Amino acid sequence: MLSPAGFLAIYRREMRAWFTTPLAYVFLAAFAFAAPAFAFNVGRFFDTNRADLAPLFAYMPWLLMILMPALAMRAWAEERDRGTLEILLSLPVSVSSIALAKFAAAWTVALAALLATIPMWIAVNYLGSPDNLAIAISYLGVFLLAGSYLAIGQALSAASGSQVTAFVLSVLASLFLTMAGLPLVTDSLSGTAPAFVVEALAYSSVLERFAAFERGVVGLGDLVYFLSLMVFGVTAGGLQAGASREGGR
Amino acid sequence: MLTVDSVVKTFGRRTAVDRASFELATGEVLGFLGPNGAGKTTVMRMIAGRLEPDGGQVRVGTHDMVQDRRAGQRRVGYLPEGAPAYRTMTPREFVGFCLSARGHSGAELRNARELALERARLGAEAGQQIGTLSKGFKRRAALAAAIAHDPPLLVLDEPTDGLDPNQKHEVRALIRDMAADKAIIVSTHILEEVPAVCSRVIVIDKGRILVDENPDEFASRARSGRLDDAFRSLTRTIDGASA
Repeated sequence: MLSPAGFLAIYRREMRAWFTTPLAYVFLAAFAFAAPAFAFNVGRFFDTNRADLAPLFAYMPWLLMILMPALAMRAWAEERDRGTLEILLSLPVSVSSIALAKFAAAWTVALAALLATIPMWIAVNYLGSPDNLAIAISYLGVFLLAGSYLAIGQALSAASGSQVTAFVLSVLASLFLTMAGLPLVTDSLSGTAPAFVVEALAYSSVLERFAAFERGVVGLGDLVYFLSLMVFGVTAGGLQAGASREGGR
Repeated sequence: MLTVDSVVKTFGRRTAVDRASFELATGEVLGFLGPNGAGKTTVMRMIAGRLEPDGGQVRVGTHDMVQDRRAGQRRVGYLPEGAPAYRTMTPREFVGFCLSARGHSGAELRNARELALERARLGAEAGQQIGTLSKGFKRRAALAAAIAHDPPLLVLDEPTDGLDPNQKHEVRALIRDMAADKAIIVSTHILEEVPAVCSRVIVIDKGRILVDENPDEFASRARSGRLDDAFRSLTRTIDGASA
């Protein structure tokens, strides 16, 4: 059951923690530098001769796969390291509210990072006549993808003993989710694993789902997929943190 | 105000608390004594709703701390061991955060926050980041957060640890001030605190309650009439007997 007062208080505290230290600024600067760098240097933004942001979105899964775990790793591991989990779990606030507030705050920082790429959207409008609705849908896809990686990262932060372990595990989990549908993986498995396993893997791939958003299409299945990942991650993180009531530190 | 009824807690194969039972009424200040690892902190964490017992029951007022945890936690002020607090917050922000998470807001929150900061004697340090404060002021910040919502039950795990003699004196005076309308549990290794603030003593060792009596009765267990002799003879006897 949610505790609105507890949710708001913890959300505000998390946001303060991000923005009163260099953490959020370093993250935003890294994102604001890396996202266009991929688009310009790897995606050949100007060479495509098209007024769209495809080169920006094409590399987002790979960029977010590294940056979102960095944003998620402190969620629970830091509370445990510093002993403040003791404070949080002695407040009359449900663990689900704490988990949701932590997720919402990190997702807000991710949104701020995405907003840092808006000048590129403005630039393509200056250079030509892009399909702005398709770009908006792609942004929605990136936002959902970031949320999915974050939720999984926070669940692993709750399960890990340290922030570094949480980061490494989150990158691996995100890498698995991202690469599951690539021919590199499915082809290598097709000889050894049953066909339904290979199909299920391809079906659960983040890239497959994100590709629809990149084309400017919002499918209900794709929305449900990303929302399910987020619900799973936030719930798993909350359950793991709440389980410490039953034993251990 | 508080009922601890046959509470058991195990960590793996180790029994940290073994069928501990006691009650605490408003107006009582209970000194919770025991050697390191005796189970004091575990009992206090269960009273604060931070840990769930494996057996038995903890009730704060009429609220079971497992079935009705959040209602019970609204009535408890808890100073955890080591007085953890968010380093990048100031004591004023930290106390405000704890109050807002408990549902306080507006002028009521501001009044409660300022009163708690004043009672914990934070002074000008209330506006400095907790990470930059001395151990004593950090502890006072955590103490202010524990008392700010004016709970009827206070659970203070070593509240004077790391304080200088003047600060210890102030914290003891604060506990005495609050004692009239609250039930208070104070764990400590500093036995001189017992007669200074406590109306009752519980000694726990290896998870079992050995003694539950008033400080004079406890002191009279030693020929010298000294609390530290009584404590040593009791806990050493048990250690020796079980060795």
